[in-house]
Amino acid sequence: MIVVEDLHKSFGNVEILKGISTVFDKGKTNLIIGQSGSGKTVFLKSLLGLHTPDQGKIIYDGKVYSELNDDEKRNLRQEMGMVFQGSALFDSMNVEENVMFPLKMFTDKEYDEMKERVDFVLKRVNLKNAHTKYPAELSGGMQKRVAIARAIVNNPKYLFCDEPNSGLDPKTAILIDNLIQEITKEYNITTVINTHDMNSVMEIGEKIIFLKDGHKEWEGTNNEIFKTNNEAVTNFVYSSDLFKKVRQMYIEERD
Amino acid sequence: MKTLILKEIDDLIYGSLGIIVFISFFVGGVVAIQTALNIDNPLIPKYLVGFATRQSVILEFAPTFTSIIMAGKVGSYITSSIGTMRVTEQIDALEVMGINALNYLVFPKIIALMLYPFIIAIAMYLGIFGGWVAAVFGNYSTSAEFVQGIQVDFKDFHVIYAFTKTIIFAFILATIPAFYGFYMKGGALEVGKASTTSFVWTSVVIIIVNYIITQMMLG
Repeated sequence: MIVVEDLHKSFGNVEILKGISTVFDKGKTNLIIGQSGSGKTVFLKSLLGLHTPDQGKIIYDGKVYSELNDDEKRNLRQEMGMVFQGSALFDSMNVEENVMFPLKMFTDKEYDEMKERVDFVLKRVNLKNAHTKYPAELSGGMQKRVAIARAIVNNPKYLFCDEPNSGLDPKTAILIDNLIQEITKEYNITTVINTHDMNSVMEIGEKIIFLKDGHKEWEGTNNEIFKTNNEAVTNFVYSSDLFKKVRQMYIEERD
Repeated sequence: MKTLILKEIDDLIYGSLGIIVFISFFVGGVVAIQTALNIDNPLIPKYLVGFATRQSVILEFAPTFTSIIMAGKVGSYITSSIGTMRVTEQIDALEVMGINALNYLVFPKIIALMLYPFIIAIAMYLGIFGGWVAAVFGNYSTSAEFVQGIQVDFKDFHVIYAFTKTIIFAFILATIPAFYGFYMKGGALEVGKASTTSFVWTSVVIIIVNYIITQMMLG
């Protein structure tokens, strides 16, 4: 579980995060949504420790990040897995080396043991016969799968995903969403996903935080988001014609 | 880390040998020819061609001129490879994993470039050899005169001076380009700009440091 208390972050004179407080539950897929420029990425990077908050606390299962020393922070980061928007796979390494990288860096396992674990996670993300391929030889969907495999290979307690299905076709995007949700349940991970994809919201949004202009405008579940009367949320959710029609159908059905 | 260092030695040192061999040989040859062509006075001994080639190559052409070339080759490679990792979030990925990205990416390069003096030693040898080939086969001096020139008034301290500045240049070649790559912001276009800027500043710093060391050690 991750608890965020009154998080503030500014760059120069521009205040990006304006006092966000929330809780990300363990074993759930927690979604951060909002328009571009709402502060989602800064919020996610603050959770990851890539940005230092100006004010506020981030508490990982009772450990306050800002109160940890460098070694403790490094140890905590080893419990985190991250799937970047562009996958961020290491270009100079093949798929197997990319996935094995966290094991090589942080465990004393023998090569055979690491290979076994890598084979297992690659199979888990439905990626076979790609061990020797380099990132440039993979499709966007395959790169995301490798990134997920790399993120979970060292059994993380926290999984963060930044726009995990951006640039993917709708079918692959749903497969990736479902894969993340399955892994979250299977390993009881605290998963935080940064997205503006409404399909993801509908499919896997067990807990949703809606950001607007750097503050938390709304939070709830994927069932609640379609019923809320919050104007900012409805403007965001029903910005496409498809969802406007879905809402109309829902209202007609209700009335 | 050992694997990383070996990889960097392969990329930065072994991968640079071809261009160094090529440039050193021909620069040495040109120095010999230019010296020979400028000796008009019959009282000046012919061994001066060998002497001038040795001094020019050991003192400046091998350590300094080669380092400027390496600022373009190795420096641009370091800036663009680290810069690309920055824009594609690979550095963020390292940091999220709890790895000290600066140490992981830059330290192996610094260690690998500590072998840079070996390249410069090869450049010195080939530069003088190129001078000998140009002088002898161009009929500017005999082999015996050239070899005499190489040996006359040889000062060990000049070699110490050359290798001292080579070590310092190696450190500059590893760190300035890494700085520009690691702390760059933006996208692919900015990677190109950062490579250019790093080449300019690496060259400027090498030239200034060369002046300071020369003043300190030989002045």
